[in-house]
Amino acid sequence: MKSLMDKCCEKCFHSPASPCKDYIKCRRQGPLCHEDESCRAKYRAFLEDIHLPEDSPRRQILICAGTGCTSSGSRKLVDALVEELQKQGLRDKVSVKITGCHGFCEQGPLMIVEPQKVFYTRVQVEDIHEIVASHLVGGQVVDRLLYVDPATGEKSLTYETVPFYAKQKRLVLANCGHINPEEIADYVANDGYLALTRALFEMTPEQVIEEVKISGLRGRGGAGFPTGMKWSFVRAAEGDKKYVVCNADEGDPGAFMDRSVLEGDPHAVLEGMLICGYAVGADEGYIYVRAEYPLAIHRLKIAIAQAEECGLLGDNILNSGFNFRIKIKAGAGAFVCGEETALLTSIEGNRGMPRPRPPFPAQKGLWGKPTNINNVETFANVPLIIRNGGAWYAAMGTEKSKGTKIFALTGKVNNTGLVEVPMGITMREIIFGVGGGIRDGKKFKAVQIGGPSGGCLPEEQLDLPIDYESLTSAGAIMGSGGLVVMDETTCMVDVARFFLNFTQAESCGKCTPCREGTKRMLEILTRICEGQGKEEDIETLERLARVVKNTALCGLGQTCPNPILSTLRYFRDEYEAHIRGKRCPARVCQALLVYTINAEKCTGCGSCARACPAGAISGEKKQPHVIDISRCIKCGNCMQKCKFGAVEKA
Amino acid sequence: MSCQCGCQDEAAKREALEKVFEQYRGTKGALIPLLQEAQEIYGYLPGEVMQRIAAELKVPFSKVFGVATFYAQFHLKPRGRNIIRICQGTACHVRGAARVFESVSEKLGVGRNETTADLRYTLETVACLGACGLAPVMMVNDDTHGRLTPERAAEVLEQYE
Repeated sequence: MKSLMDKCCEKCFHSPASPCKDYIKCRRQGPLCHEDESCRAKYRAFLEDIHLPEDSPRRQILICAGTGCTSSGSRKLVDALVEELQKQGLRDKVSVKITGCHGFCEQGPLMIVEPQKVFYTRVQVEDIHEIVASHLVGGQVVDRLLYVDPATGEKSLTYETVPFYAKQKRLVLANCGHINPEEIADYVANDGYLALTRALFEMTPEQVIEEVKISGLRGRGGAGFPTGMKWSFVRAAEGDKKYVVCNADEGDPGAFMDRSVLEGDPHAVLEGMLICGYAVGADEGYIYVRAEYPLAIHRLKIAIAQAEECGLLGDNILNSGFNFRIKIKAGAGAFVCGEETALLTSIEGNRGMPRPRPPFPAQKGLWGKPTNINNVETFANVPLIIRNGGAWYAAMGTEKSKGTKIFALTGKVNNTGLVEVPMGITMREIIFGVGGGIRDGKKFKAVQIGGPSGGCLPEEQLDLPIDYESLTSAGAIMGSGGLVVMDETTCMVDVARFFLNFTQAESCGKCTPCREGTKRMLEILTRICEGQGKEEDIETLERLARVVKNTALCGLGQTCPNPILSTLRYFRDEYEAHIRGKRCPARVCQALLVYTINAEKCTGCGSCARACPAGAISGEKKQPHVIDISRCIKCGNCMQKCKFGAVEKA
Repeated sequence: MSCQCGCQDEAAKREALEKVFEQYRGTKGALIPLLQEAQEIYGYLPGEVMQRIAAELKVPFSKVFGVATFYAQFHLKPRGRNIIRICQGTACHVRGAARVFESVSEKLGVGRNETTADLRYTLETVACLGACGLAPVMMVNDDTHGRLTPERAAEVLEQYE
């Protein structure tokens, strides 16, 4: 019984044409159709093939094939490993499995040896021989590939002891990195589709919605609207046809949790959508994925085909009378399509521009029909809630924000990657606990949360317990959960300009405040960064920001001033230094820098003078050179070329 | 010896386009998928192809043109065989994506959204590739390359003909 469609005995009849309602239970908890020892043995073998017991002499090697590790070369590892196992005669005793993202992309390519959970990092093709010879044959773990904690220098043998994982609570990400996303049997063996079975056979749609309400789950796309309430609106909406839409248009720079869930555990999203469809009374679903995520689209297509083959998608699912189909729509590259009304317009084949709400999509959505639209992470939470109960879920988190949240931790932090933690944890615990602190021993300056719509929080806000409300009151937003850590070498005015540059380019141009406002704000910020800032600029920025925030049509415009407002709130002195002092304290804004040559370090090699396009550097051979500041165009070429660190900027 | 003028090539492309039309006939919201598939066939969206799509869907050409120019993914001019997309996301930005871009741009002698004269490369930027853990990142066709330095980025390109 390798494939889910293999029969466990002659009485087993399940097929999409004549579905059996005990199918998932049978595959998960043992054959129910036929009480027979051979049946049970087959079932045990099925599970053992996926979950090796702790003491199993058999081995399984998991290799991450998420986008991060693939780009670090993990595909080559699979081939090399299979070949090496063949050579050393272990091909039948060790299975090699590709998985989705483990979330610790920084250390990729990652490899896990089960059942001992040994965790190897940055594995290269050259290491494969040693892993097989030493570890798999000789029983000796390859010490040099183990993870070393940069803070303490301690090595971790298993992934459970790696501080990055030990401090997380991985529920939504539990399967990511541990199951083969291209194999539905792996998902089922990990309790997959049990929640769907429970919803279909033990609960009414109203009870499903009630359970989601009890859980306190809020939309993980950013705004945090209560999911159960949204579902009940769609259920109550009148219409013979309803839709479920999954928003997988993760366009926020700095966020990649949706991509990882889609790549690592696509069935969880499908199951969440199925349960939602049952609860709201829809029979058709769309997943709107950005075209920049080809691997996610590929895995989703496989997952949909497999679920259809097993009768878990399509007509009369598991003989319950419930029909549901899912289609994939590839986005065409427009950030604004992450906004729900713009996304729906885009599925309909139009320019993806938002429209005023109400009517909300719950009343008039896709093609004018009631539509329930949720984000990837929200759907991935649903099977957990139905399986374990809403109360179990509500026991985690803060009073108003329940459960866990996945953050994409990036920037100048030691451990970058995906971090799933309970709501209410402090920013300090994430950055310094899970993230292992700031890279290169630099000083923490700010953390940018919520992407281009979010804000920058300074050191004094680090002990803030994270939930939707606390972040909003601090001037940021949860957004999709991107956390970009910045150190002392980051200029906050430049960061604000960076985000405005992004939102200005992505504004669809439908409403004037956003179209014109972002342009004017960007002009001012650019001027400040170029040393042309005027005294009244800060005031103008604040006024413009408020107007755009209050009057823009959709979320993109309403939140785009957040980076400006939050940096003005916490880092006003940096703006003032740029405008009044004509200097950039973080030494980032090129136009405000002054380059000089340290005469003591300069050997007079002349490479700086050769690199200078403006001819501003002069000096005798083997004598210290000097920069003529009046001619310097501040390109920084001299600094890059100097091997002795003699060029300094201030 | 078959003819070298490219007319057969054109005919094959038109045939492929017709097949796509058949596949989507009667599907709601088919405009964007049609444009995507047409671009897949032609490498970009020539004016007459957009006109064919407008006729097929019985919508005004202005609508097709409007949609094609709204989305970043659609291109109205021929593009290179290899598409380089350099990520400008936040994580990449703070880890030096701008210098990676400069080095690639300098090596190829083209700016943003431009194609080299030999049609070997097209240089683009992208808001985020979602591989922030490996910043700075660039994507060449469907391959993602991470942990780049300006020098390495220029080297990586050599492997794409």
